[in-house]
Amino acid sequence: MNKIALIIQREYLTRVMKRSFIIMTFLGPILMAALMIVPVYLASLSDLSERKVAILDETGWFMGKFEKGDNLSFEYVFNDLNTEKENLKAGVYDALLYIPRPDLNIPVNAELFSIRQASMNMRSYVRNVMKTEVENRKLMASGIDPDVIKSAKTNINIVTIRLDEDGGETRSFTEVEVALGIFSAILIYFFIFLFGSQVMHGVIEEKTNRIVEVIISSVKPFQLMMGKIVGVALVGLTQFLLWVLLTGIIYLLFVSVAGMEVQKGADVFGQGSVIGGQTETILQEDRGQDGVKQVMEVISSIHFGTMIFSFIFYFLGGYLLYAALFAAIGSAVDNETDTQQFMLPVSIPLILGIVLSNLIVNNPDGPLAFWFSIIPLTSPVIMMVRIPFGVPLWELALSMALLIGGFIFTTWLAAKIYRTGILMYGKKVSYAELWKWLKY
Amino acid sequence: MIFFETRQVSKRYAHHLALDKVSISVPQQSIYGLLGPNGAGKTSLIRIINQITAPDEGELLLNGKPMKPSDTAVIGYLPEERGLYKKMKVGEQALYLAQLKGISKRDARKRLGEWFEKFEITAWWNRKVEELSKGMQQKIQFIVTVIHQPDMLIFDEPFSGFDPINVNLLKDEIINLRNNGSTILFSTHNMASVEELCSHITLINSSRKIVEGRVTDVKNEHRTHAYMISMMDLHKNPVEFLPQRFIVSDSRTENDGTVNFTIQADGSEKPNELIEYFARQGVIKGFSEKMPSMNDIFIKLVNQTKPK
Repeated sequence: MNKIALIIQREYLTRVMKRSFIIMTFLGPILMAALMIVPVYLASLSDLSERKVAILDETGWFMGKFEKGDNLSFEYVFNDLNTEKENLKAGVYDALLYIPRPDLNIPVNAELFSIRQASMNMRSYVRNVMKTEVENRKLMASGIDPDVIKSAKTNINIVTIRLDEDGGETRSFTEVEVALGIFSAILIYFFIFLFGSQVMHGVIEEKTNRIVEVIISSVKPFQLMMGKIVGVALVGLTQFLLWVLLTGIIYLLFVSVAGMEVQKGADVFGQGSVIGGQTETILQEDRGQDGVKQVMEVISSIHFGTMIFSFIFYFLGGYLLYAALFAAIGSAVDNETDTQQFMLPVSIPLILGIVLSNLIVNNPDGPLAFWFSIIPLTSPVIMMVRIPFGVPLWELALSMALLIGGFIFTTWLAAKIYRTGILMYGKKVSYAELWKWLKY
Repeated sequence: MIFFETRQVSKRYAHHLALDKVSISVPQQSIYGLLGPNGAGKTSLIRIINQITAPDEGELLLNGKPMKPSDTAVIGYLPEERGLYKKMKVGEQALYLAQLKGISKRDARKRLGEWFEKFEITAWWNRKVEELSKGMQQKIQFIVTVIHQPDMLIFDEPFSGFDPINVNLLKDEIINLRNNGSTILFSTHNMASVEELCSHITLINSSRKIVEGRVTDVKNEHRTHAYMISMMDLHKNPVEFLPQRFIVSDSRTENDGTVNFTIQADGSEKPNELIEYFARQGVIKGFSEKMPSMNDIFIKLVNQTKPK
């Protein structure tokens, strides 16, 4: 068998067989799926039981204004506050809304008593009803028909549509693109660090074990380095694909088993935004549904083929570029603690990429975005932020070509440091020293 | 016949010259000792022979032909700084290292089985390296060095970390390998093992070769003309009858009248002439030339060639 293939095989198998890899592989998707499912599921669970609220309205303004909601029911009570408090304690109802007679003529204060903390839901509902009622009365007092105001209320909804050069139209929804871009950028950043540092640890391990000289009497240092880098890259891809696969399976399983409940949960979510005045409700409902439709439309308009292809390309390219540098660092030091001084300059471009991504999403076609997505050190992170917004093909091609050039260069550079570094024991290495190694 | 040669090999690192035009010739099936104090350039030379680093000048010849990169397959190298993957299983690791040397998995498994049996470590096949004692790890390292039956073996301090029993086991194996046709290059500071094993040596000091040749020739060249003599029925004390230029020392008379003494001659007489001369003075019970040990020669030469 080809020697480099043997090395790749060993690097791959020893890592994939590790307990930590297997645990991570299963834990990752469970966490990821949990992140998607749990909030929905919890929403479907919460407040399923009906809460009964007693209303002690001293003003009499709100008589009959509180209507029974999905999990809230109201009952008007007329005893004095202390008696009702006792009732509340006795568990006759879950909460007590006390609207005292106002000092001036408009009631603007209310007290909500409950044994357990009153839910946000309950509080906002109560506030909305009171606010609407008080506003209506004020309008009437100034001779304005509240219906006029209601009909004048308008909700402006802006749909952003991108025109392609060839005349096609794509509905876009910036929030989705921002989320998608930032998410994939963070994922790339995380993967590069995770697997890049695995390469570094591997090199340090070989050096401190003193096995490296045994091996490089059989293979060239370059073969050993590349074998390790490629082996770990395959580990990374395996992990990524398993994550995607398992997350999908877990999600589908959950949906098919507990599909009904998730649906219910989604309904509850829908209602969350519905609470409010009648007309507003309709508007919001409209917008809510429209929003969902838009998100779906945008999601389907994003070329997932392009996304996944560029994700894998930038992951591999970025990883290869940095892994070579990490390997060089590993070869230059004797133990983990000495890596700090060399890690910093290598990490800075990556961290910069993540920091800048927040600016980039505001102006994904600006000069900042352009340059940082072209420079190979930051392009894996920044380009991933830009891709959901659509990137001209030539920029993508240029960035990819430069990334390939970039990793060939760093690999060449790293190989020079590596082949000297792995044979240096017990020597604290400075940058000047590294510079010298480059010239050997 | 010369199996391996370096010609005028030089290697320069940033601030110092590690090797200065070093030429050595290693005869086929010899055990060739590469000697020198720490920092003399031995490891640099060994790394060049293994093509781990390239020489700045000079050439390497294997069987009379310039060495090719693929020639590492016929070399087995046991470095001084050696180790194994700690978390990997012994058998798996041995298979991996053997395959890196270019032998098929099946051959590797078969040969490893034989070696493991010979070294009585078969039971350790599925254990992790970190569970093994240092000596045990060294055995495995030795096995993977020789597993591909290389024509040339390079051992850098092979005995360090072994107990005396295992040292003997290893010495026997080294001699076996030589008898089976391998040429062995052997670097050590242990002069006793050099005397015992090596047929040829070269001594490197301060990046230069100082001496090279058969062990017997080197010893002859550095003989001190000291003789240990034991005689009976002497009519006079040796100090009295010997000419002034012979220095007598360690003279001791045993109970039975035997006199043991050492003389330091100046080399103008051959041993036979000395025997004839002493035969006339009494009965010779023993006569031997006190040859210098490799240790003495090493110290003497290194001190002589100390850089000023």
